Amino acid sequence: MTVQERPGAAYRPTPPPAWKPRTDPAPLLPDPEPYRVLGTDAAAGADPELLLRLYAELVRGRRYNAQATALTKQGRLAVYPSSTGQEACEVAAALALEERDWLFPSYRDTLAAVARGLDPVQALTLLRGDWHTGYDPNEHRVAPLSTPLATQLPHAVGLAHAARLKGDDVVALAMVGDGGTSEGDFHEALNFAAVWRAPVVFLVQNNGFAISVPLSKQTAAPSLAHKAVGYGMPGRLVDGNDAAAVHEVLGEAVARARRGGGPTLVEAITYRIDAHTNADDATRYRGESEVEAWREHDPIRLLEAELTSRGLLDEDGVRSAAEAAEAMAARLRERMNADPVLNPMDLFEHVYAEQTGQLREQAAQLRAEIDAEGGEGAHGAEGDAR
Amino acid sequence: MSTATARQAKPATMAQALQRAMRDAMSEDPTVHVMGEDVGTLGGVFRVTDGLAKEFGEDRCTDTPLAEAGILGTAVGMAMYGLRPVVEMQFDAFAYPAFEQLISHVSRMRNRTRGAMPLPITVRVPYGGGIGGVEHHSDSSEAYYMATPGLHVVTPATVEDAYGLLREAIASDDPVVFLEPKRLYWSKADWSPDAPAAVEPIGRAVVRRQGRSATLITYGPSVPVCMEAAEAAEAEGWDLEVVDLRSLVPFDDETVCASVRRTGRAVVVHESTGFGGPGGEIAARVTERCFHHLEAPVLRVAGFDIPYPPPMLERHHLPGVDRVLDAVARLQWEAES
Repeated sequence: MTVQERPGAAYRPTPPPAWKPRTDPAPLLPDPEPYRVLGTDAAAGADPELLLRLYAELVRGRRYNAQATALTKQGRLAVYPSSTGQEACEVAAALALEERDWLFPSYRDTLAAVARGLDPVQALTLLRGDWHTGYDPNEHRVAPLSTPLATQLPHAVGLAHAARLKGDDVVALAMVGDGGTSEGDFHEALNFAAVWRAPVVFLVQNNGFAISVPLSKQTAAPSLAHKAVGYGMPGRLVDGNDAAAVHEVLGEAVARARRGGGPTLVEAITYRIDAHTNADDATRYRGESEVEAWREHDPIRLLEAELTSRGLLDEDGVRSAAEAAEAMAARLRERMNADPVLNPMDLFEHVYAEQTGQLREQAAQLRAEIDAEGGEGAHGAEGDAR
Repeated sequence: MSTATARQAKPATMAQALQRAMRDAMSEDPTVHVMGEDVGTLGGVFRVTDGLAKEFGEDRCTDTPLAEAGILGTAVGMAMYGLRPVVEMQFDAFAYPAFEQLISHVSRMRNRTRGAMPLPITVRVPYGGGIGGVEHHSDSSEAYYMATPGLHVVTPATVEDAYGLLREAIASDDPVVFLEPKRLYWSKADWSPDAPAAVEPIGRAVVRRQGRSATLITYGPSVPVCMEAAEAAEAEGWDLEVVDLRSLVPFDDETVCASVRRTGRAVVVHESTGFGGPGGEIAARVTERCFHHLEAPVLRVAGFDIPYPPPMLERHHLPGVDRVLDAVARLQWEAES
């Protein structure tokens, strides 16, 4: 006799097994207001030496952006995605890391890479067009600048995971823009990082636009930092133009990752003052008044005001920072004005560890073509590609 | 093979040989890590990774979240830090979300960093039809991989090669897409893992059967089909040679063309689609190199140019022995023209 056939014994459904959330979401949620230091009481606690270092890097970064943009007009760079207005994020990213840590930049993050010690010319190789990556990523632990959006984020997770498996206390910092947070790889990277408790920090530079598409058309989330709670990691909101605040928040996230606390998602609210690249016309999608409002909230001005009011910076200090930046720009300009020496035979190098028969045949073909042209390659004399 | 190793040989399936290859590689090299969906506790849906998590721990054989781009993308970072990830894409068509990682990063990291950052990643992809799988479980995606410079594309057809080629793939400093013909997973051979005679560098084809009157050029799941066709063709007076490519990239022009020059006739056989498929490339290469030796055009026997059919119809799609024999008959070019 089954339960249902038993006279008078109605089936009583049992309650489902107890369910409760695996993690209390409250500590993971970002504060409603972006964290600020400059111009607040918190600024008193900021380390003067750090602030001065941030300032020098900001000024240099701004000048680098201007110089690189000028180089596009001279045809020396194929394209340059400026980070003017976002220098605080770039600089803080580099300075929040130890030498042994790794940086995974997007294509807009040249400044962060240079601030980590990369040769400024080698950092521009991709954008000049003489090779895809102009530097050895292992030297300063800077992954290749990633052109596809968010695809470098899972690399950061894998590297951090591998480092931890090997017992190294290495942290990976992965940078992405607001548009990149819509990509599937963003989701997969954050999910893997949280499940593996990988020592990774994700820094979203929310500069308002993915080329022309504003954040309101990019996401319906309360903030990008709110996405963290869905993965089980803390989300942090920070004023991305406040170098001291970005450095502090990133520093805490890096320290947390290093001590085994797992990943953090940081959203830095900033603004791209220039167009997406020199090829973009930003007047088609945003008004000058909006740009002006953000110019008022400029990362260099914010820091300068703080340093001046505390007597850490005077006119001489401002001038010498500007002069150092100018000297950097002059050197960059000079070096970028020299034609890179390219060896067309490099095309067949490093496709595989060992050249395949097919590539050997094609290399021979190109060799013969070059010889027929009188031994000249496509770009001047042959020789060491460096 | 020595008498001693021959005595040790006993029946083994391709799945077991693959598993042994991973186990041996993991034992010899602590940087080898196996990862993917279900590869740990379950041992893989085909049990190819059975026992590895138990033997080497979950850090070395890891059940990942269900996300192919994430699996391959994190493997990139792991390889950047000196590990040798062996990732499993559970079924052919499940690998497509990982394509961007494969094409935009895995295949070109060595090149874009001028050799500073090689990625020794093995991507295991069970592929092809013939097991009655429903939609998205039977694709032959090799043409996509072949079209991507920087990847090796390898596919075994025998138990010996399953072991030997997978060892080679894991040891390779370049990324290898390792295509496992899933309908051969349960094919058996008398095999001893101690007989390394079958291990050859990636990129060599092998003549599986010698013959004089035509060459069947094939790989992976179509190799047994061609061997059977060659036996059957004997009755018709055809003495067929069968070349098993083993590696689609690099392509062994030498072995293939030497065979075609001997026989003067060739048929390329694979179950992937014909249009835009591997057979077109192979036929073109053979024609360019052996034109004066050819007695007939190089023919292709391939799957139809349709999305992989539902399981109850797949036998009509897959190139079988009869379709191969029909093509061989068409090699009587002079008689037709």
